[in-house]
Amino acid sequence: MTSKKKRIKDNLITYGIVIALYIVMEILLKTGNLSSHLKGLLVPMTYYAIIAVALNLCVGILGELSIGHCGFMCIGAFASAIFSKLTADTLPDGIRLFIAFIIGIAVAALFGFLIGIPVLRLKGDYLAIVTLAFGEIIKNVINAVYMGVDSKGVHFSLNNVMDLGMEPDGQVIINGAMGITGTPRTANFTIAIVVLLLSLFVVLNLMNSRDGRAIMAVRDNSIAAEASGINVTGYKMMAFTISAAIAGAAGVLFSHNITSLTATSQYFGYNASIMILVYVVLGGIGNIRGSVIAAAILYLLPEMLRGLNTYRMLIYSIVLIVMMLFNWAPAAIEWREKVVNRFVKRNA
Amino acid sequence: MSFLIYLINGLSLGSIYAIIALGYTMVYGIAKMLNFAHGDFIMVGCYVIFTICSTLSGNTLVGILAAIVLCTLLGITTEKVAYKPLRGAASPLAVLITAIGVSYFLENLALLIFGADIKSFSSVVSWSGLSFAGGELKIQGVTIVTILSSIVILIVLQLFIHKTKEGQAMLAVAEDKGAAMLMGINVNKTITLTFAIGSALAAVAGALLCSAYPSLSPYLGAMPGIKAFVAAVFGGIGSIPGAMIGGLVLGIVEILSRTYISSQLADAIVFGILIVVLLVKPTGLLGKVIQEKV
Repeated sequence: MTSKKKRIKDNLITYGIVIALYIVMEILLKTGNLSSHLKGLLVPMTYYAIIAVALNLCVGILGELSIGHCGFMCIGAFASAIFSKLTADTLPDGIRLFIAFIIGIAVAALFGFLIGIPVLRLKGDYLAIVTLAFGEIIKNVINAVYMGVDSKGVHFSLNNVMDLGMEPDGQVIINGAMGITGTPRTANFTIAIVVLLLSLFVVLNLMNSRDGRAIMAVRDNSIAAEASGINVTGYKMMAFTISAAIAGAAGVLFSHNITSLTATSQYFGYNASIMILVYVVLGGIGNIRGSVIAAAILYLLPEMLRGLNTYRMLIYSIVLIVMMLFNWAPAAIEWREKVVNRFVKRNA
Repeated sequence: MSFLIYLINGLSLGSIYAIIALGYTMVYGIAKMLNFAHGDFIMVGCYVIFTICSTLSGNTLVGILAAIVLCTLLGITTEKVAYKPLRGAASPLAVLITAIGVSYFLENLALLIFGADIKSFSSVVSWSGLSFAGGELKIQGVTIVTILSSIVILIVLQLFIHKTKEGQAMLAVAEDKGAAMLMGINVNKTITLTFAIGSALAAVAGALLCSAYPSLSPYLGAMPGIKAFVAAVFGGIGSIPGAMIGGLVLGIVEILSRTYISSQLADAIVFGILIVVLLVKPTGLLGKVIQEKV
């Protein structure tokens, strides 16, 4: 039972860190100690933590490298933004956001499932490059699509707004590369933290369940797992779909925190996906709490360095390289153990 | 006739992808790592040529040679400082993230030195090209030079790998690092040599890329880099002829779909073809199938 108790304690610490962070930020907000610039970073910081948790489920628990997770975030963002824009005048804010979350998560999960069918047949780097390809395809297709609604229904086009052939009173929803404009800004820091806690709850409970153990068995040795009667494909699909769904939830927060949503490569390209991977690896592969902390610190770090102006991204990249070398290089690990041993001996 | 012109343009773009992909695939085959900074080596090469051509005398040949030398040194240094310490790390992802760090570093360094404004690059090929069928079919000089240089590079590389001792050592390290070490091959030196060759190829690719698309920015290497990576996977990563074929197919598909289907969907089509190929043949066109044993 001790291991179970330790696990529960461990999970409670994770929730506690998030809640403590929330309380500190709220106090700073209420007392007016937070600059308006930093205030604007709170929700993004949280959705990056959420997508880092999602990616860690895929990379750390399932053991498959995905470099297209921002594609699922993009799908969640657009699916929910379309709904919110359509119902902006008819539904009250709270209910609309709630349904938007359900839609964003469901559509992202559906795409995760559909993409998972071909992707999970591949292995290693091939799987990684195909996830990258899917992420880029999602971004490019959304950038090329025009969508409008009038009394006759929904119209699609790949050329321009005129090609939609809408009635004069029709409403343009997706304006190609201009994206969706005029989505209601209903997300806030409290909602974001609640979503983060819920995704942590889902992932941590999954990890400690029978299904989670099966997923980790597939990660450690898929052949041995299969020989033990574990449905390898089924569990892979399950983890990948849940991961996509959580990324979709991050996307809903993304689209409801801004007024005009465009599928730019800055937020949804492979570079953004790789940035999330950086959070996951630095936080510790398979360590969910680490992902949250790393996402929060690394997201805020470039902003903290803003005083250094032009040098900040240069310093950020050097910090990244040095941290990786310090954390992962066998020589550095040996050196760290030596230092720790010396310290322990002196105390004993 | 216009189809032929697009096809030749596609071949030319494909040749550039192929040269970049050769660097990717060699490094992957031997060091088993994805060098995400490879695309940025291209950018460094372009800026070196640009600086030398615009400030010092303007001799293009000197510029290209300087770019090759500097990129080679950069490749060797990067490998020694950032990648080598992580060889044998617990997770193969560690070195991948470090490579991303190097990529950010190079991009931001270039941003700091040269600024974010796009600079125009004067072609390294001054020859105006050939004209066929009474001027109806015009092929630019840079296009011909690009296609020819990729063929020359492929032949030289194949000869180097199969006929020289160093090349054989590369093949041995790619096959089995441990066994190669036991046979007295200096694995570290072989990996360094691979990085040197890959980075030199990146400089050549940079010169050709910027001659065909003459706008310089600190991020110019990122997209060609990722497409070349796709090309390398498409052809079967680790295989040199595979990288060549992958690059050419990718270039032709990109130009043709940009012309005949949609310029916005061209990248989506390129990536879509990659997915279809990998689903039919999960190790790429010329990739080796490795049997997994329990």
